[in-house]
Amino acid sequence: MQPFVSHTGVVAPLLKDDMNTDQIAPIMHSRTLKEDYKAMLFHRARRLDDGSEDPSFVLNKPQFRAAGILAAGHNFGAGSSRESAVWSMLANGIRVIVARSFADIYRENCLQNGLLPVVLAPQDADAFIARVVAVNGDAPFTIDLVTQRISGSGGADIAFEIGAADRTRLLEGLDDIGLTLKHMDEIVSWEQRAAKAQPWLQDASDGRR
Amino acid sequence: MQDHTVATKPGRNDDTNPSGTAFIRAMREGCRQNGIRLFDIDDREQGISHVVAPELGIVLPGATHAVPDSHASTVGGVGALAFGCGTSELAHILATQVMALKRPKRMRARLDGRLGAHVNAKDVALRLIAELGVAGGRGYAVEYAGAAVRAMPIEQRMTLCNLNIEMGGRSGFVAPDDATFAWLEGRPFAPAAAMWDRALGYWRTLATDDDAAFDREVTLDCTALEPQITWGTDPSQVVGISGRVPEPGAVDPSRRAAAESAFAYMGLAPGTPLAGLPVDRVFIGSCTNSRLPDLEVAAAVVRGRRVAEGVVALVVPGSSSVKREAEAAGLDRVFRDAGFFWGESGCSMCAGGNGDRGQPGERCVSTTNRNFENRQGLKVRTHLASPATAAATAIAGRIADVRRLLAGVA
Repeated sequence: MQPFVSHTGVVAPLLKDDMNTDQIAPIMHSRTLKEDYKAMLFHRARRLDDGSEDPSFVLNKPQFRAAGILAAGHNFGAGSSRESAVWSMLANGIRVIVARSFADIYRENCLQNGLLPVVLAPQDADAFIARVVAVNGDAPFTIDLVTQRISGSGGADIAFEIGAADRTRLLEGLDDIGLTLKHMDEIVSWEQRAAKAQPWLQDASDGRR
Repeated sequence: MQDHTVATKPGRNDDTNPSGTAFIRAMREGCRQNGIRLFDIDDREQGISHVVAPELGIVLPGATHAVPDSHASTVGGVGALAFGCGTSELAHILATQVMALKRPKRMRARLDGRLGAHVNAKDVALRLIAELGVAGGRGYAVEYAGAAVRAMPIEQRMTLCNLNIEMGGRSGFVAPDDATFAWLEGRPFAPAAAMWDRALGYWRTLATDDDAAFDREVTLDCTALEPQITWGTDPSQVVGISGRVPEPGAVDPSRRAAAESAFAYMGLAPGTPLAGLPVDRVFIGSCTNSRLPDLEVAAAVVRGRRVAEGVVALVVPGSSSVKREAEAAGLDRVFRDAGFFWGESGCSMCAGGNGDRGQPGERCVSTTNRNFENRQGLKVRTHLASPATAAATAIAGRIADVRRLLAGVA
């Protein structure tokens, strides 16, 4: 996984609450095993009925085309568990989403891929969004995971919280599987206990065969 | 399980849905290489994974279950603890046999009272999502309890747990009871003989203690609940079947912008009554509502009637087993005689991943779980409802109160 230490970039405001993964990464009509995640991101929202770009969609505006950070509302990433809703962000160079809150599965998918999910307290979120809207892509913000601070024009640094384990995983780009395998002894002993307590799960098989 | 990408047309094969062919074949090859049993497109027990797993007794009370699909907690209906997950998490599970999780908070949703005629778990779940909001269950594992849940057959409990993610909850379940055990006994993968008795002894310990503490308790009195239907573009935008699209002033200020956007997408003015709205399409199926009792309820409404002129109506059973059982009971004839399409099992129009989609601008009453913009096809306007409401709507050609239709007053 690509580590995340710090990112400096333009912040695009996409402030609607409950943005769902069907909107973020719609199921494409012509699917292949090697999807074009870059094109997938907000594929429908970016376009008008005739298929041309919708100039009013935030990521189509010239100042936000290369945005590396999204400012989002409540419950970002609701709905389907599809991980393409994270991969399509990364394919477009988006490394951080600062939201009022995230849907559970989406936040987990972010952490699995080195996309930093930042949740701000309500007052901090209000202040940050006001600054993002005011600066309108003219100046970048820096999101630093080491110091857990957001800095940029229009005000003082904003501190954010993130769980210590999540932070370490992101900073070091640690492979989750490798981390878990360090606990293999505990896993094996748990499995042995579980097999004793619920042998019908361990021995499950098709009784007709 | 091959479910999202499979065609539902009779006589289907790998190529019937061309956009699914590559997936279907890659899945087959991956399973072969790794010695994983696959329920392939032509397997007699193929279906939607959330329908098939409990149906075959693969998932059991007290088991932990993870699926790379957000509706994983459907199987909470038999008392399993299930987690929807992403692709990377699935790879992690396959590599390590475990999942790394933050312990969820605990919520108990107590559903009191007795459901009225033609009202079922779908209506209860939609009302609960309306009350708690689409993020009300975020961070929680939800236990569904109370008299209304106890009285629900297992299939309805699965409908209830299926919709848990629509209020943001990753895991939802019902503590197993005698009805659960009776439902599971004799299923192919369930333990048998002495092992069954041993399992039963363990499962009986899984009920929640009387003095158990929860981080949040919510209650809903279901006694006077009428059939529910969504009017908007998220599953919390719900009214009773006799209700109207809300006035903006009646919507919580934080939800007003979402409501305004939903009015526009759905082509509905505030104050419009839901009942009576003409529809183009009706879909009965998906992991939410495609089990045998769902089809029986719909068939009872449809029997001896015809789908209204101009309405495309589809029934897609949740599994090949459900399809066979429905056919043995003659339900396929009931639906076909009425003018419904009777499909092969799969996810179909729920997410449209198999090419089953509506046309732009169509209004569709659907027994699925998400009424998101463009989900059932570009610009398709989805109204979520129960199988009974969907069936009544197909007959009336308009959104219908099943109780009135059956009483001959609609």
